[in-house]
Formats: sequence, C-alpha cells, structure tokens
Amino acid sequence: MVDIKVSITVNGTKEEKDVEPRTLLVHFLRDQLQLTGTNIGCDTSSCGACTVHLDGEAIKSCTVLAAQADGGSVTTIEGLSKDGVMHPMQQAFMENHGLQCGYCTPGMVMASIGLLNENPNPTEEEVRLGLEGNLCRCTGYHNIVKSVLAAAKK
Amino acid sequence: MTMTDNRQNTVIGTRQLRREDPALLTGEAKFTNDLNLPGALHLSILRSPHAHAAIVSIDTAAAKASPGVVAVYTGAELQSQWAGPMPCAWPVTPDMKNPPHFPLAASKVCYVGDGVVAVLATSESASRDALDLIEVEYKVLKAVVDVEEALSDANIIHEDLGTNKSYTWNLKIEATEGCVEEAFQKAAFKVSERYVQQRLLPMAMEPRAVAAVPQPFGGDITLYSSTQIPHILKVMAALTLGIPEQQVRVIAPSVGGGFGSKLDVYAEELLCMALARKHGLPVRWVEERSENSMATIHGRGQVQYVELAADKSGKLTAVRVRIKADMGAYLQLVTPGVPILGAFLYAGVYDIPHAYDFSCDGIFTTLTPTDAYRGAGRPEATYAIESAMDALARQMKIDPFELRKRNFIQKEQFPYTAFSGLTYDSGDHLQAAEKAAGLADYVGIRAQQAKQNVPGAKKRLGIGMSSYFEMCGLAPSRVLASLNYGAGGWEAATVRILPTCKVQVVTGTSPHGQGHETSWAMIASEKLGIPQEDIDVLHSDTAISPLGLDTYGSRSLPVGGVAIAGACDKVIDKARLIAAHQLECSADDLEFAGGVFSVKGSPDRAVPMAAIAFAAFTAHNLPDGLEPNLEAQYTYDPPNFSWPFGTHMCVLEVDTETGQIEILKYVAVDDCGVQINPLIVEGQVHGGVIQGLAQALFEEAVYDTDGNLKTTTLAEYLVPAASDVPSITTAHTVTPSPTNQLGVKGIGEAGTIGAASTVINAVVDALSGIGVTSMPMPASPQTVWRAIQSAAKK
Repeated sequence: MVDIKVSITVNGTKEEKDVEPRTLLVHFLRDQLQLTGTNIGCDTSSCGACTVHLDGEAIKSCTVLAAQADGGSVTTIEGLSKDGVMHPMQQAFMENHGLQCGYCTPGMVMASIGLLNENPNPTEEEVRLGLEGNLCRCTGYHNIVKSVLAAAKK
Repeated sequence: MTMTDNRQNTVIGTRQLRREDPALLTGEAKFTNDLNLPGALHLSILRSPHAHAAIVSIDTAAAKASPGVVAVYTGAELQSQWAGPMPCAWPVTPDMKNPPHFPLAASKVCYVGDGVVAVLATSESASRDALDLIEVEYKVLKAVVDVEEALSDANIIHEDLGTNKSYTWNLKIEATEGCVEEAFQKAAFKVSERYVQQRLLPMAMEPRAVAAVPQPFGGDITLYSSTQIPHILKVMAALTLGIPEQQVRVIAPSVGGGFGSKLDVYAEELLCMALARKHGLPVRWVEERSENSMATIHGRGQVQYVELAADKSGKLTAVRVRIKADMGAYLQLVTPGVPILGAFLYAGVYDIPHAYDFSCDGIFTTLTPTDAYRGAGRPEATYAIESAMDALARQMKIDPFELRKRNFIQKEQFPYTAFSGLTYDSGDHLQAAEKAAGLADYVGIRAQQAKQNVPGAKKRLGIGMSSYFEMCGLAPSRVLASLNYGAGGWEAATVRILPTCKVQVVTGTSPHGQGHETSWAMIASEKLGIPQEDIDVLHSDTAISPLGLDTYGSRSLPVGGVAIAGACDKVIDKARLIAAHQLECSADDLEFAGGVFSVKGSPDRAVPMAAIAFAAFTAHNLPDGLEPNLEAQYTYDPPNFSWPFGTHMCVLEVDTETGQIEILKYVAVDDCGVQINPLIVEGQVHGGVIQGLAQALFEEAVYDTDGNLKTTTLAEYLVPAASDVPSITTAHTVTPSPTNQLGVKGIGEAGTIGAASTVINAVVDALSGIGVTSMPMPASPQTVWRAIQSAAKK
C-alpha cells in the first residue's frame, strides 16, 4: 500500500509526514518523531502505557491510526512541562512517590490529567475507577491514587 | 538480645523525594527500546505453536525473499555460534539433570513459545511480516502439563535424560535419628495439607528489549538490555558466545520493572549479540506482550504437601514438607534454586525443635521455564506454613492469632540459631503482630464477625493474618557455596570524591524502580557529610561500574548499600591521613563530623573535606607515600542473610451468593530494620502487597491439556487495575540488623511474601463457619462460589 500524508499538531508543532496506512499513532510518535516518552506495554489496548491526549481527550495511542489523527492536535508527556517546570500532575506524582520504574508513568499521568479534566474533584473510588484502563505493576496504585487526589487539590 | 540503636542520623530515615523521577515523568528517560540506533537490523523470532514436537523440516525461502529481510536462520544454522548452552548457575545437586538449552531449538521444541527461526530485517514490521512466510513441519508429541503426572515418566521430554525429574533436594534435620517420625506419632494435633502455587506471569510493564551494537573492526560489543543483571549477563554472554569478557560491555538503560523476570540470561540477548557480530551491524529486538507471556520466565508453579505436628497446647513439634516444583521445559539461570530458597522457611517465624524434613523434586514439563519471581520460593513457603497454621488453629478450635503467639520465636531468643543452622539476626514477631492487630481492630472484627456470620448471612466477614520472615539480602558467599550456587553474593561500591568535593558513587546494584540513586546518595551523604545534591550515583553499565552482582532477592540495600557505607569509610580513612598531615597532628586525634575533620578538644583546628579533596587532587603536599586522589573501592560480603519480618492482616467480606470478595482493610506491619528512605520503603510494601494479593485473587497462567497458554494477553491475564484493589495501611517496627553497620534489612519482596496467605486465610476465615476449609488460588468469584456450594453439599 502506498504511504499517505498526515498533518498532526504534536505538542504545539505541526508535523507533516508520510506514513504507512497501518501506522498506529503510538508508532508515529515514537518512530517518526522520536517522542519515546509514550511507551508500549501490550498489544491489546489493555495497559494504557501509550495514553496521550488527542484534541484534549485522553486516548490510548495504540488504538488510533496516525491517519485518524490527521488534522488533530496531540499532547504527549514531552509536551506537559512549561518553561522547564513540570505540570502539577507530574509534580504530584513526584511528591507522592506515585512512580517506581516509571514505565507506565507517562500514560498514567496523561490519563490522570484526562480524569481531572472530566471530574476536577474525584473521590478515591472515582480515581480508581477512572484509572482502570492503566496498569501499573510496581506501586500497587496506592500512591498513584494519592498523587491524583493531591493534584486535584492543587 | 536487647537492641539499642545509637545512630544519630540526619539524612538516613528522612522522606526524600526521588531524584529518578523528573526524567521518568517527562519522557526524558530512555528505555532500551527508546534508543535511536541508525542502521540497526530488527530481530523477530518464529516461536513454536506446540508444547512438544519434533521439528521435521523448515522452509525459509519465502521469508528470505520478503521485502526488507536481510537473513533468516534456523537453530541448526546458528549452532556453530554458541560456545556452550545457555547457563543455569544453580546446579542444586551434583546429579541434577540439565538438558542442553540453546537460543533456538534445533531438533525439537519443548514449550509453546520456544524459539525456532530468527529473522533479521531492516525494520520491525518487515521482520515480523516475514515470520508468516516460514513453513515449519512438526511431528507433534504429547504435551506434559501436570507436574505430578510428569513424574510418572510416561512421556519423557528430554529423551537423553531418561526421566522428567531434574533433581531431588533434601533438607532433613533431626536432633536424633527418627525424631521427625516420632514427633508425628506422638502429636496431639496433626495437619496435612496440599497447596497449589499456580504459575504466574511476572508482567513487568516494560516488555523485554535488547540491542547489540558491535564494533566490527575493534572487536568490542555493547549489549543494551532491559535486564536486572548487567554484570552477571556480561560474564554469561561472554562464556556462552565465546567472546573475551573484556570485549563485552553491558548496559541496562532505564528498566521498566523486573520482579525477577529480568534476572536471567535470555535467548534473545545472545541472538542479538551473535547476529550483530555476524552482520557487523546493530541488531535489536523488542518483545510483544503475548510473546512476553510465553518467552519470559514464569513464577511459582509448585505443588506443596505440608504436615505439621503439634503438642496439646498447639506448640509445633515437627514440620514435614514435600514439594513438586515445575521447572518448565528447561533450566534457566536459577530455576532449580527457587524452591530451595524457600526450603528454610517452612517453619516460618516459629520456634520449632530440630525436627524438620523437607524434600523437593524439580520436574520438567512442556511449559515455559519457571524462575525467580518476586519472593522466589519464600512466598510459597510462607503461604504453606501460614495456611497450615490456620488449619491447625481450626482443628484445635482456637484463635489463629493465639496459636501463633504460642509458637513465635520470642524477641529474647535473637539472634536465634534455627534448626537449619542459619541464624536469624533480629526480630520481635509479637510486637509486629500486635501492632497489626491494633490497626486492623482484630478484637473488634472478631466481635463483629460473631454478630454478622450467622447462618444464612449473605455477606460473611473474615480476618486473616500472616506472620513472615523474609530470608533475603542474597547472600553470604560461603552459604551460597554450600547450596552449590555458581557465584558469590557480595556487592561492590566505589566512592570517588572529585576535586571540587562533588562525589561519584558507583554501585554494582542495578535498579529498575527501587530508587537506588536517591537512597545511595542518602547513605553517602550521611557518611561523608556532603550534601546529597553534590552526590551522583552511577550504575548499570559494566564499563562504568565494572564490579557488581546486580539487583534481586532484596539484596540491594543490605549488601549494596552497606558496600557504599564501607567505601565511604575507606575514603574517610584516607582523607583523615591528609587532614592530619595538614593539621600537623596524629590521625587518631581527629574526629570527623558534618564533613569536617577537627582536632578532638580543639574544634577551631579543623579542615573541611573540600580542602582535603582539592589537596588530594593537586597532590602538592600529601603525606609521604600516600597516593593522590580520594577514591575507594569496597566489596562487601555479608556475614549473614538479612531477616526482615512482619505481620499482615486483611479484613474482607465474601458475598456467599456471588462469591465476590470485597477487601475492607489491608494492614501491613513490616520491619526491615533501619529505614533509609521511608517513602521508598512504603512504596515497596504497597507494590509487593498488591502483587501477592493478585496471586491470591486474580492471576493464573492457564494452560490447556495440550500445553497451550490461554492467558497470553493483559486482557486474559488479570493484572489488577486500580479499581480492583484497596489502599493499604502500612506501619512498621524497627529492629535493626546487628550484622551490618547501617542496621538495614531488605524490603523488596516482603509485601509479596506476606500477602497471598493473608488474603486466603481471611477468605477461609469468613467461610469456615459454613464448612469451607480451603481455597485454591486465585480465589475468583467462581472458585469461591464453587467452594461454598461444595461445602454446603457435605
């Protein structure tokens, strides 16, 4: 199949690239833009490590073709900090030891920001339910939940 | 022994945020698959779809002609690449049977996922696409799935061995000949239980990834791998590939979790290295999740027969254990040793006489090899003794906490020489258990239970406990020698004070989430009196940290952290000589505090470390015969294991109509001696507990009778999500270890060791009033419901 042209704004920069039609958004970000902060942890859209924001909404970038994001705006973990200062959610994860190995972390942070966008003052149970699409093997979630609740108070 | 702790720490024991975090939180950290390696070839591996089959023929012609494909190799075609088979470092008995195991199978496959053909292509998609074009003809043989049936040798997997049994390992301790048997004959109470430790998939969130970068003309090769063990891997890769060790460099970049699954020497690491050298180009490989389920080691996989004998007061008089341990198809790095790590713990935290009889058969099956998974042998042992203690309490009709109190090793007995000859360094089990009982409201829950668990109650309340020892901090090298382990258990550290009084700490540990950079800087800061921010921690690159034995078995702090303290001592000793020279006094007259040497009694006669560091660098005026520079290397071989301990309690409700379990409270009281960074300690406990709880309630590697793994994805294998698990109440007691200068013990595996039995004991406790006396893991709603139904029919 011939390559197709996509134009996607990523972290504020318009990127125009030729991609294979089967290219997933996550591969576009990692392989063509070298934005390797977005991780791949599974092949069934179960783990959420690849979560990014597409047009302001948290999505799993392994479930979206680059072609589907054509014309859209994507924010990845690399696009969160401003002027060398981490986003309040990133800070909350650091302050509450919400990460250990850090592999699920970019996706977890993006999902958590998405969660607070929809529900700015969640209960613990709502945080747990809201993050059920993102798996972590290190933290037991205790401090992730604590991080999100702390970020909500910021 | 009374523990007094005179340490006056200022940095150690404080909650320091992790210096690792900003890079990991911003996407700046590089995992192996993030490395940009222009021109690299991509390796993909065709894997066996059969559990047991002879390879009749392989046709790779179409794959070779596929776009982007550079080369295709069968196992037979690569056989000349290997100087020896893949390593097993732990031949637990002299006559242990170990079948040759090569990176690709040459004549037969022995599990679903066994590598058969390697494809190299210019892109990942091209190499994967070509796998579909390879034709392999197999003669399918009978799968051997059940570990106990395998022992019958009805179908032998490795014909040359003549049996499916790899080894029998015994630990029989008898004060007098026949005393175990006698104890069982005289026992007022006996329990005899069978437990199954189901196979688990470790499921580190980062699948494995490898990249090998050769220097075709220089001859050196660098291996990047998502591994816990860069140092061990370097030695083993050099031996297996026949490359001079000094030409091999191994780097573990950021590693996304391990839990033991990256404590191995894997086929893909050796394939990437061999093919990179053959083609003179970088070769990389990344694992898909479903591939990870089949080709990365599994954990657990044991059938346990446990018998306890007790006198009329419930005091244990003997323990007898028989284990059938599923090795899987081959022996990986430490596969046979995993059950042996548990062998010493089947008496748990209890004071038993010398009447202990343990025997383990290591058995081959046609399943993925097993190996160390968080806790490795010790969660299995703890599960068995703690579940059996509850069974004994039920038989005696006494409270399980009361039974434990009657059997705990008392704090006055430490250091306690156990039946096995091992010495438990320090402990206070009663204190930890009472603290947990207070936090869980043990008495209140028992009272509530009496009201709630009436006949016909829909929701039944249960409380379970588990008191554990974690034998960790692997390990005294001489003890490892007595267990036939193929390496030592020391750890190395270098502390280097730079001319500007900044510090490099070089460690042989290899963190993958444990926060060593933060904690090791804290230790060095405490010792040297230099601010943490002036200290950098270097690790996980054999060119930067050439000596080390890596991270596993909760060893990093009690071995590696103590090594850093020792290296700091050596640096301080040398600095003291320079200070004495500058102050024109005897070195013995100096005291060192807060980074400053001063003359005892004359605090104004002082010189700071910064001045000494610069003097050591310029070397203009050093004491005669003293080498310039301020650096020391120290290797610490621990005199003993470290013995963390604790008690966990779980309160839950079981819905008798649906089998659904709701955890109301989980309390973990852990004692890992002196805590360097309580923030990290708590994090380790949280994660460990949930991993143990996941074994109890959710996870199982399910195979069908043909040896096909049915749970290959995260959609089928139930790693719990945030919504599946509770928050955890953590607390601690502090009983310093007397065997090392920091007073520390390990904590990485404690949560997992305590959790599974705690949860299952709570489930059985909730249901024992309606006749349920055991509960297989995982206790899914269906399993619980069936147990209730079957008890009702009795």
